[in-house]
Amino acid sequence: MTVFESELKNGKFVCSECIKCNKLVWPPSDFCNSCFSKVRWRRVSTTAVLVEFSKKDDTVFCIAELEGAIRIMGELESDTKELAIGKELQLVKCGYDGIEKFIFQLK
Amino acid sequence: MRRVALVGTGLTKFTKDDISIESLMLSAIKSLFENTKNLTQKDVDVVLTSTNDNSKYLSSIISELTGLTPKISHSVESLCNSGANSAVSAFAYIASGLADVALVTGAERFDSPGRILEWDKSRGQYKHPIYWSSMFTKAHMRKYGTTKEDLAIVSAKNHKNATTNPYAYFEKEYSIDEIMQSKNLTEDIRLLDCSLPCSGSAAILLASEEMAKKFTNCPIWITGIGQKTISAGFTKNTDLTTMKSTKDAATDAYKMSNIQPSDVDVAEIHDAFTICEIIELEDLGFAKEGKGSSYARNCYETQDRKINPRGGLIGSGHPLGATGVAQIAEIVQQLQGKAKKRQVQSAKVGLVQNMSAAATSSTVLILQS
Repeated sequence: MTVFESELKNGKFVCSECIKCNKLVWPPSDFCNSCFSKVRWRRVSTTAVLVEFSKKDDTVFCIAELEGAIRIMGELESDTKELAIGKELQLVKCGYDGIEKFIFQLK
Repeated sequence: MRRVALVGTGLTKFTKDDISIESLMLSAIKSLFENTKNLTQKDVDVVLTSTNDNSKYLSSIISELTGLTPKISHSVESLCNSGANSAVSAFAYIASGLADVALVTGAERFDSPGRILEWDKSRGQYKHPIYWSSMFTKAHMRKYGTTKEDLAIVSAKNHKNATTNPYAYFEKEYSIDEIMQSKNLTEDIRLLDCSLPCSGSAAILLASEEMAKKFTNCPIWITGIGQKTISAGFTKNTDLTTMKSTKDAATDAYKMSNIQPSDVDVAEIHDAFTICEIIELEDLGFAKEGKGSSYARNCYETQDRKINPRGGLIGSGHPLGATGVAQIAEIVQQLQGKAKKRQVQSAKVGLVQNMSAAATSSTVLILQS
């Protein structure tokens, strides 16, 4: 299991960050995709912005952007009536069981 | 750079049958040999295979099964645009002078592992393609007012076109009502908005100008090629109302062939979902931004077959590795005037757009008679 996966399993969303240019490297990788320097692992902010959303049965799913650099799909525990593109979200839960899981709520 | 022509095609019926990749490819190649005059095994010096199946050493196996001993043989895999990318590799071998005659075959089984891209972490728990297509659909609706009826028209048009394609998986028309009432998969996507994974194969033969004369009196020239990969992760599509990889690939292909979108008479474009065709019509320059749905509606209402005459992926089925090859085979038949009931009258310039992995990679080819 990678650092990303094992941390996610513990409920912590970490991403690789370049030790030289400080760029967040997404998806997680062993080296920076700009300068090929080594990376360190750090927690990603749990504040996000809503990019787009839709619904399957009664569950809302969305694309959320974190730190202006990482866009991920996750579940959104909110009523679609309250939602608008650009609204602030909170990453309230994440996990890993072979598949990455992210759950957001309106902030 | 030497000129490269398409000189032969072969197809199998697209089905849900449990057939091996090798058997599928063998059937398409058998059909190609039957359809191509003067072609012998000795002529072929490149064999390229495209599939998302886990087969190993496939091009050598196919060569053995078809009695070929090529100079160059290998697989080309890039998910759903493997087929068109195989053709581009074959083009490069011939254009460079490394080879004279190349056989390209693509195939897939209904249960292909290529249907879902597990690698893409940005998709979280939403790995199935219905989720990325829902995001494109919602964004296009939001920006341009595209409706669910607009989507249904694309499906109705392509299913109707497929009824005249003897190799298509679907054999019946669907009314707009039937499509609108089909099972909701998400808030934005219904079952009949989707293409269907299936079993099938296609084969094409490419040749240098000198060798082309041996096989046909109507060679179809590859005059433009564009390929673009922006990433492997779906969410790197920053604007969900457009497909950047398709736009970039189209720009390069038009430039190389020195033509405009308005010069294109017939096109096979990658309608994995109904929204894809609407966006691609815009990105390929056939319709203005936001007008892809009215363009498709006009084709439907006037029974114009210009876009996806064989029924596209929605009407024909989508055997991933075979799709790009089957798209090329259709345009070759159209430009040779051999498309029978599907024929677009006086078609001289054709376009193929084959994309993969939620529009993160696209290939565009311009073909001319």
